[in-house]
Amino acid sequence: MTKIEKPKLAVWKFASCDGCQLSLLDCEDELLSVAGEIEIAHFPEATRQVIKGPYDLSLVEGSITTPEDAKRIQEVRRVSKTLITIGACATAGGVQALRNFKDVKEFVSIVYANPAYIDTLNHSTPIAEHVAVDFELRGCPINKMQLLEVISAFLANRKPNTPAHSTCIECKRRGTVCVMVAGGTPCLGPVTHAGCGAICPSYQRGCYGCFGPMETPNTLSMSEGWKTSGASEDEIARVFRTFNAWAEPFRKESETHDK
Amino acid sequence: MSDQVVMERNELNGLFTALQSQGYTIIGPTILDGAIVYDELASDKDLPEGWTDEQDGGIYRLKKRFDKALFGFVVGPYTWKRFLDPPEKRLWRAERDGKDFHIVPENETPPKYAFLGVRSCEIHAMAIQDRVFLQGEYHNTTYKSRRESALIIGVQCVQAGGTCFCVSMNTGPKALSGFDLALTEVIEENRHYFVVESGTIRGETIIAGLAVRPAKKTEVAEAEKRISHAAENMGRSLNTEGVRDLLVKNHDHARWDEVANRCLSCANCTMVCPTCFCSTVEDVTDITGEHAERWQKQDSCFTLDFSYLHGGSVRSSTRSRYRQWLTHKLATWIDQFDESGCTGCGRCITWCPVAIDLTEEVEAIRKSSSMESDPPIEKGKS
Repeated sequence: MTKIEKPKLAVWKFASCDGCQLSLLDCEDELLSVAGEIEIAHFPEATRQVIKGPYDLSLVEGSITTPEDAKRIQEVRRVSKTLITIGACATAGGVQALRNFKDVKEFVSIVYANPAYIDTLNHSTPIAEHVAVDFELRGCPINKMQLLEVISAFLANRKPNTPAHSTCIECKRRGTVCVMVAGGTPCLGPVTHAGCGAICPSYQRGCYGCFGPMETPNTLSMSEGWKTSGASEDEIARVFRTFNAWAEPFRKESETHDK
Repeated sequence: MSDQVVMERNELNGLFTALQSQGYTIIGPTILDGAIVYDELASDKDLPEGWTDEQDGGIYRLKKRFDKALFGFVVGPYTWKRFLDPPEKRLWRAERDGKDFHIVPENETPPKYAFLGVRSCEIHAMAIQDRVFLQGEYHNTTYKSRRESALIIGVQCVQAGGTCFCVSMNTGPKALSGFDLALTEVIEENRHYFVVESGTIRGETIIAGLAVRPAKKTEVAEAEKRISHAAENMGRSLNTEGVRDLLVKNHDHARWDEVANRCLSCANCTMVCPTCFCSTVEDVTDITGEHAERWQKQDSCFTLDFSYLHGGSVRSSTRSRYRQWLTHKLATWIDQFDESGCTGCGRCITWCPVAIDLTEEVEAIRKSSSMESDPPIEKGKS
């Protein structure tokens, strides 16, 4: 049986820890099926062999932090028919966006022996601030089952099932007891985008918000609740400043408490 | 109904053995991660002996009791709907055959459950869901098969929780019907026993095989006294008089904006509600495109996708979503199913992370309501 030419996949890295693109290699059982349906054409983390573009599907990991990367992402967009960003760095600027709240020149002067060699932007920004993005997959790191779902949906030309509602719905479906109500543990679940399967509360820890803001996050009401239970302004600001610190609803909420 | 009988505490495990020998999987209260939930029980040792729960808006805490009560608490975060209609279930699979495909139906052998420790409000919740899932032409077949085979062993409430208001909703604390057996736990200074009542032939048959004896009048009176105590100590109350018209005629009340400022639209209230029945359907294909599956998942009117029609969500604001939920639960449910959708179990109050309390919301609207005029047509607000 002759098969129609397989779609070409490219995986691109910007400022990131590589964890999200490794989720693809982490697919293990399903990896052969993926390779059977899609031609892995550009994936330096997996193979040195590079097949020339253009590419049908580009997965972009990482944020834009240097002038060079700001140019490179334009080139990636030009050679990609469909561009999907994966992970908190690519969708929100990542943990490195903490620099956005401070003066990056000051960091550079303290950290590096020769600051003159460092050419970096003041802000770490998500890919969608630079080029048009077809779909954003959340998470720090992304959930590999969701990545498979997104690739499967791309191949079948359908909408991926990646609901934008709260993490609480995942907790309740799996039967996890609410850590906030039953344990008094602060938890970002009610304002956090579903997708991880509510892992942390199932180990009786509060949600850290790795998947960023849910569709309609009422961060103000969450903060008010924590304040009543004795949380300081500083603590509240820090809760919202992690992997998705630059995602607008979290950024605005943290700025309200950062005085 | 037969006359009531008495079973001593140390005979309770006989009930477990009897049910297991009849092939029942016993589901009942047990402790998990700081709460009393419903799960499979192997024996009476799995029950939360000596524990109680303290509940208020947004707060649930387990506390040690001063006695060895087995059912000395009220309701927790789980409801029986979890077992009657699982929160995630595959409806069917499809396999590709060349250019065609065929459907593989799900052939579930329904589990045979014995639900132990069902409270009066929960028996009412099941009756409400029966109307939703079994009335009319189309049935929820999973629910139907599980519900029909399930044995209901009620436990009469002898204490009320901080967020309970079943008395207001006329759903408790005493269950009068809807059970196969109903137990009332009585702890006296030197005695611990259950007054047992059967509600069905099935229940009577089970009793016949247990170590019981006819209840004395004094024992029945002790049980009744305790149930009355629960009725007199409800943590919350809701004035239901004219509540349907009150909510329907106050669609534009300023209180909806106020509650929307606090509401997280996280959906916890709907997930823990024993009568909320909404679900969504997800179609998935695998990476090869050779296999497809359709899944039904518990959903909530608090998500944007829930009211997504062509072009966007109909209820885009939290105000409209909270209003929809509360108005449906307490008002339009009556139009739809001839009864209220609320049983007064209080779960939505306890498990709301920011302690929104529907009894307070209704009261606030009642205090400053406009009952005279018809609902005005809204402009620009959704």
